[in-house]
Amino acid sequence: MKKAELMDYDKALELFEPVLGFEVHVELNTKTKMFCGCANEFGQGANTNTCPTCLGLPGGLPQVNAKAIESSIRLGLALGCEIAEHSRFARKNYFYPDTAKNFQTSQYDEPIAFNGQLTIELESGRLVTVDIERAHMEDDAGKLTHVGGATGRIQGADYSLVDYNRGGVPLVEIVTQMIEGGEADSPEIGRTYVAAIREIVKALGVSNARMEEGNVRCDANVSLRPRGSNVLGTRTETKNVNSLRSVERAVRYEIQRQAALLHAGGTITQETRHWHEDTGITSAGRPKSDADDYRYFPEPDLVPVAPSREWVEELRATLPEPPAARRKRLQADWGFADLEFQDVVNSDLLDAVEATIAAGAAPQAARKWWTGEVARLANVSGVSADSLVQPVQVAALIELVVAGTLTDRLARQVLEGVIGGEGTPIEVVESRGLAVVSDDGALIAAIDEALAAQPDVLAKIRDGKVQAAGAVIGAVMKAMRGQADAARVRELVLERAGAAE
Amino acid sequence: MSEITAEQVAHLANLARIDLSAEEITRLTTELGQIVDSVAKVAEVATPDVPATSHPMPLTNVFRADTVVPSLTVEQALSGAPDRDGDKFRVPAILDEE
Repeated sequence: MKKAELMDYDKALELFEPVLGFEVHVELNTKTKMFCGCANEFGQGANTNTCPTCLGLPGGLPQVNAKAIESSIRLGLALGCEIAEHSRFARKNYFYPDTAKNFQTSQYDEPIAFNGQLTIELESGRLVTVDIERAHMEDDAGKLTHVGGATGRIQGADYSLVDYNRGGVPLVEIVTQMIEGGEADSPEIGRTYVAAIREIVKALGVSNARMEEGNVRCDANVSLRPRGSNVLGTRTETKNVNSLRSVERAVRYEIQRQAALLHAGGTITQETRHWHEDTGITSAGRPKSDADDYRYFPEPDLVPVAPSREWVEELRATLPEPPAARRKRLQADWGFADLEFQDVVNSDLLDAVEATIAAGAAPQAARKWWTGEVARLANVSGVSADSLVQPVQVAALIELVVAGTLTDRLARQVLEGVIGGEGTPIEVVESRGLAVVSDDGALIAAIDEALAAQPDVLAKIRDGKVQAAGAVIGAVMKAMRGQADAARVRELVLERAGAAE
Repeated sequence: MSEITAEQVAHLANLARIDLSAEEITRLTTELGQIVDSVAKVAEVATPDVPATSHPMPLTNVFRADTVVPSLTVEQALSGAPDRDGDKFRVPAILDEE
């Protein structure tokens, strides 16, 4: 549907109530795959991490990765879920080239975790509690590349290529209950919910949690209920919405698209839809039909998982502080204004700033350096700020500024040296000879010279026009190549000129 | 008698990507019906004190450590592939053109 044909968002909400649901897939960062000892890593070349089990060859036998079970239980607990006393795997049967076994090993009637809750906070301060139906374990599919069609699309492709390195990597799929009452906030609920999941798996350390690399993937279900009706509308499932911003945009788009269709007397087809990041629209995928007859049955090659209550409680004790609570605590501790704190969070620098403060820096200075100069340099080289420099180095740099050894301008040069691998801030200061000139003798010599060269300025200062001192301070700073503390120079200029402040 | 129909068998064959002739469908409809009836008989004697199981072994929690073991070489992995392109498996076009 063209953008112009969409219904106005406000009008859509006047006529319909949006009902949402999300399925979020989290790729675990175990060392090996879910059911075999192949390495869980990519980028080594295609099909380098495969074996008879993850290729579905005759004789392959799955063996459950203990770490993946542990990560799944911890994730379930962090989502407030109950952990099943008895859980089992099931085969989900379908034919598709990215699934070499012709079935996905998943969970059906006995998921490892169920009945959870996650409360998220919207920008307005509104709290929304999302009920989690289940979190179940499964294995990922391989990666397809389509050849011969337009720009890698499956439509019109002549053939496809498969890399099974990702096939068999452990996933946890988190399924929400229906989310009603979201109203105009529905798109923001989608984004905030996925952001909260991402934050939780990152804090738990169970996933690398990089959406751009597919570690966290979201399918968004949207349906509309006409106002005054209690009958649910037909839902669509928009697949692979893989950035936080896209979740928000896709939900909003589906609300406007479905509203326009329904209002014009049309019907919604129950189908999967594809999100197009570039154009900001969804397009029809396959309709839900016979193809969804997956004929689940219990996996005969695996025995049930029955985590003891002792183990579950042990794992519960390893849970980190919930990210939302941690944010509240840190903002209060640091005394940051909402915008200052949001800046840190949105730049993904909470850990870096916290570590810098722990290393002795003042909160505002830590925030300023990370979201300022470090972020700028990271942006220039296209990497994340926290991969550029260690928090302890930033703290050491700030300490040098506080001690008066460096001005901000000199500190920026030192930072570049540290990032360039020249050593710690102190080592860079020494090797580059960048410290502030704090030897008053050298400063006084430069000041006397500058005053002698500008007798009219000297006269003005003596007349009490202290603002005239700026010209002399500038000349002295230039003579010192910036390596002087301007405030100290000013004091000395006034002293040497014999002016009383 | 069970209520397995020829349509159900044809549907199942289609899901399983098995090409069946009309005669085969007729024969399998009868045979699958008999199997379903036999299972129903077993269900009759299973009293509530017999728990449902999905596995004959009285085992749970059989795990392996999260330790990497060597994978196949790329050549081994691709050795059984009907077609390849470089280091990747090559498969026919997935969508039928209409």
